[in-house]
Amino acid sequence: MLLIHCPYCEATLPELEFTYAGEAHIARPADPSTMSDEQWRDFLFIRTNARGPHFERWRHAHGCGRFFNAVRDTVSDKFLLTYKAGEPKPESLPE
Amino acid sequence: MSAFRIPGKGRVCHDKPVRFTFDGKQYQGLEADTLASALLANGVHLVGRSFKYHRPRGIVSAGSEEPNALVGVSRGGGREEPNTRATLQEVYEGLTAISQNRWPCLHFDAGATADVLHRFLPAGFYYKTFMWPKRFWDRLYEPLIRRAAGLGVPPSEPDADHYASRYAHCDVLVVGAGPAGTAAALTAGRSGAQVILADEQAEIGGALLADDKVQIEDQTAADWLSAAQAELAALPNVRLLARTTAIGYYHQNMVGLAQRITDHLASPPADAPRERMWRVRAAQVVLAQGAIERPLVFHGNDRPGVMLAGAAQIYLNRYGVKPGKTVVVVTSHDSAWHTAFDLADAGTPIAAIIDTRPAIDPALTEAAAPRGIEALLSHTVTATSGRLRLRSIHVNAVTDGKVGGARLILCDTLLMSGGWTPSLHLFSHTQGKLAWDEASQSFLPDLKTEACHIAGGGRGLWGIENALQDGAKVGAEAAMAAGFNATAPALTTQNDRSGAGIIIAELPTDRGPQSTRSFVDLQNDVTSKDIRLAVHEGMHSIEHVKRYTTSGMATDQGKLANMNGLAIAAAAIGKPPPQVGLTTFRPPYTPTTFGTFAGYHQDDTFDITRKTPIDPWAADNGAVFEPVSLWRRAWYFPKPGEDMHAAVARECRATRNAVGIFDASTLGKIEVVGPDAVEFLNRLYTNPWTKLAPGRCRYGLLLGEDGYILDDGVIGRLSEDRFHVTTTTGGAARVLNMMEDYLQTEWPDLRVWLTSVTEQWATIALNGPNARKLLEPLVEGQDLSDEAFPHMSLADCTVAGFPARLFRVSFTGEMGFEVNVPARHGLALWQRLLGEGEAHDICPYGTETMHVLRAEKGFIVVGQDTDGTVTPGDANLGWAIGKRKPDFVGKRSLARPDLVDPNRKQLVGLLTDDPKVVLEEGAQLVDDPNRPIPMQMIGHVTSSYWSEALGRSIALALVEGGRMRMGETLYLPMASITHTAKVSRTVFYDPDGQRLSM
Ligand SMILES: [Zn+2]
Repeated sequence: MLLIHCPYCEATLPELEFTYAGEAHIARPADPSTMSDEQWRDFLFIRTNARGPHFERWRHAHGCGRFFNAVRDTVSDKFLLTYKAGEPKPESLPE
Repeated sequence: MSAFRIPGKGRVCHDKPVRFTFDGKQYQGLEADTLASALLANGVHLVGRSFKYHRPRGIVSAGSEEPNALVGVSRGGGREEPNTRATLQEVYEGLTAISQNRWPCLHFDAGATADVLHRFLPAGFYYKTFMWPKRFWDRLYEPLIRRAAGLGVPPSEPDADHYASRYAHCDVLVVGAGPAGTAAALTAGRSGAQVILADEQAEIGGALLADDKVQIEDQTAADWLSAAQAELAALPNVRLLARTTAIGYYHQNMVGLAQRITDHLASPPADAPRERMWRVRAAQVVLAQGAIERPLVFHGNDRPGVMLAGAAQIYLNRYGVKPGKTVVVVTSHDSAWHTAFDLADAGTPIAAIIDTRPAIDPALTEAAAPRGIEALLSHTVTATSGRLRLRSIHVNAVTDGKVGGARLILCDTLLMSGGWTPSLHLFSHTQGKLAWDEASQSFLPDLKTEACHIAGGGRGLWGIENALQDGAKVGAEAAMAAGFNATAPALTTQNDRSGAGIIIAELPTDRGPQSTRSFVDLQNDVTSKDIRLAVHEGMHSIEHVKRYTTSGMATDQGKLANMNGLAIAAAAIGKPPPQVGLTTFRPPYTPTTFGTFAGYHQDDTFDITRKTPIDPWAADNGAVFEPVSLWRRAWYFPKPGEDMHAAVARECRATRNAVGIFDASTLGKIEVVGPDAVEFLNRLYTNPWTKLAPGRCRYGLLLGEDGYILDDGVIGRLSEDRFHVTTTTGGAARVLNMMEDYLQTEWPDLRVWLTSVTEQWATIALNGPNARKLLEPLVEGQDLSDEAFPHMSLADCTVAGFPARLFRVSFTGEMGFEVNVPARHGLALWQRLLGEGEAHDICPYGTETMHVLRAEKGFIVVGQDTDGTVTPGDANLGWAIGKRKPDFVGKRSLARPDLVDPNRKQLVGLLTDDPKVVLEEGAQLVDDPNRPIPMQMIGHVTSSYWSEALGRSIALALVEGGRMRMGETLYLPMASITHTAKVSRTVFYDPDGQRLSM
């Protein structure tokens, strides 16, 4: 069982308290009506499916209830870092 | 005292005899015996029949790697377990064990004909033989295989035991309490670190329990171990867990420990759990699991009496048991020589030591001579004989790779050693990398992914001194890594019998390959021939060989078999072993009971059962319950003599003709509050909310961004900035999560607050022509007339003196009210309404009646009439979409080409031509039953009921282009009959909605 750091609680807690919430940094378009079918399809369904560091969202469901962002290595399954929702995508990742 | 027990020898209690039975026969063992050692003390080697060929099998090992000696253990009364390893099960007074996979009995097994037919059961035979003809599979092959193959029989009664679980944290977890693990725990423990030391055996000590020659720090191994055990037990920061198997190594140093608590006790305390699962989170982990001895692969190596040499040393020195009357040793490693010497010194004749190596340490042959042991170097074993127990072996010299003539040696025991495999199962769980070590022909730990340290035999070290010193060093490293100051003690030894060996894939033989039956995997009955056949048939990766032959796929995960299997496959492929690969070990290390995993999650505490405030009344009044998500809900209320059909019909009639009362408390309820609450709902739900006046409510429809229906429910506006949102019973948590998601991450600028109030309100629905008559006299603060309180209204008022949030809504088509009161008043209000309702012919109804009544009106149930691929248009809910809203969740998707296709599956009604036929939900529809099979299916029934109001059956169905098929006849081919039905509108009853005001 993984340990996950909640950036709002500032505590590292068991995975059981958290739920996965899909890939991060996919913002809902401001005006979906202007999007072509292809653009809308990509927004709905096309995901990175990364092998290695993956930007994703988690929710501290059985804690503070906040959604936050995380970088997890899909090969080792380990969390590289977590940060608050709305913060920019980090440019460099810890080793 | 039995013929094979040496008086006074070993760590068993010679003054404490214990009686037990095996296959109904009574035997005597000693306290601290395992079932295996006690059977061997009675001269019993034959303990089971093999999985596939039903060959007689004996005890091979002395540990959890045992492939053969699997027995059924029973205490009666729901306490029985199949496939228990006799090598781990301790004997106790009255222990009852039986052998497995034999019929009618162990000594004569009818299934052994499979052995004669082995040529027809080659590797991959499941894939080859039984594929054709297809129809033979169900009737012939599968029942035959199921009867013939297998291990133990599952218990027929529910498990009467209970199980515990516990979390623990420590600085250093040491797995394995042999010399390395014990030294590591001592060193780390002395530093002050919190230490847990776990070992699967009944007593800590590992190899030290079975070596009476070695001296440690000028003490005997037994004395040193006693002192170490006492010191560890006295250290307050050390927890010793014997009978505890580390079954899995998970992320971030979490290790699962399965502790056996009562299986060794003659009379377990009534309140004691049988087993306990420890979930240990350790700062540092020391893996000191030692090494597992490899069997040798030769013709007839599976006969009872053929045993691992290291196991015989354990049986001799730890349990005081001689393995037989006359012993031969065959080996490619020095360690087995010392076993032979120990046995000879204890008075067991050793007929010969056969070593495959042409040259060995001369000290060994020099030690054999005075003991009168014939040493045969560069020799091989080519055959064994004896039906139920070994009687003799064929020994042949090997010269320049050529196998010479056979010599017969009489013996009842053959001890084998093919060297030792470092035990790296837990390390493998962490995805740690292994590196091939050419010198030892084994895989050793390489790159680590966790804060773990490997000590002793696990990293290829051999000998007690090496293990002790490495354990102490690694224990100190682990303690220091955890922030403690530790020093490794020196731990010098005398008489340590270190040694070396070579790895030999398969012993040389003079037999033809077709007549050789050399077993690699004893538990799954896989021979070297099977592995070569798999390679010949194109399996060139060890993962493929494993699946094709099933080698290593038994419950022992190939602890004995894998390295030999790999060596044989690599030789057949013609590549070095590391290029052929090593199969992955996965948790659990040894088979673990379901109870241990379940822990406290058993019976009433298996899962949460949510109950409404009115549930006690329902239970007292004979309700039949059904589970709905985590809730238990009253399904119907049968009166004496009524079946479900009669009860539901009566509840339906009463509600349509008078008034029904229904516990709707499980409805999800979310309060949405804030200056931007209306904007939030506008963006989230399909409907327009801006113009909804306070005191009014509206049906709300929620889609995903993909345009498909996710949830629905009535939403009431309490004031400008406050909404009472209801959701489906099962969708409450999901909807709140989705609301939080959008609010927190997409629209954090909106000033909105969300509160789940599902359990704060008890909700009682009153439906029927008498609903208002019943309610009106009880309400204060609200006029219930159609003018003042029309359909789709809500108000704060009091009902029967309780503060209430009253809705006028209907999910039945009758005049309806939903009274929400604080949960603590729910039961009292329910009872008051029932009492007052007597004069109005009130009838409580359950969820089944609720479903019938809503289906008569064509109201959908999300998740029953929708399945995650249904749009509002498909469900005839286009009217619920705010056409003028610029955007809402899912709006863009509703314009996707595939979502506007007129031939999409649409929700329609179905009326069977025979009104008495109630269709099966899920039944498939076709438009022409005469088409060839497989017919194209054009839809399926989603809801189907007997309608008491209409005196006939009704159904809802999703049908391709359904709305264009009104009046068309469709067909429902069932197993024995094809039903016919006509497509209709979905509203079957009161299509104009006149009854809402009656
Ligand atoms: Zn948190």
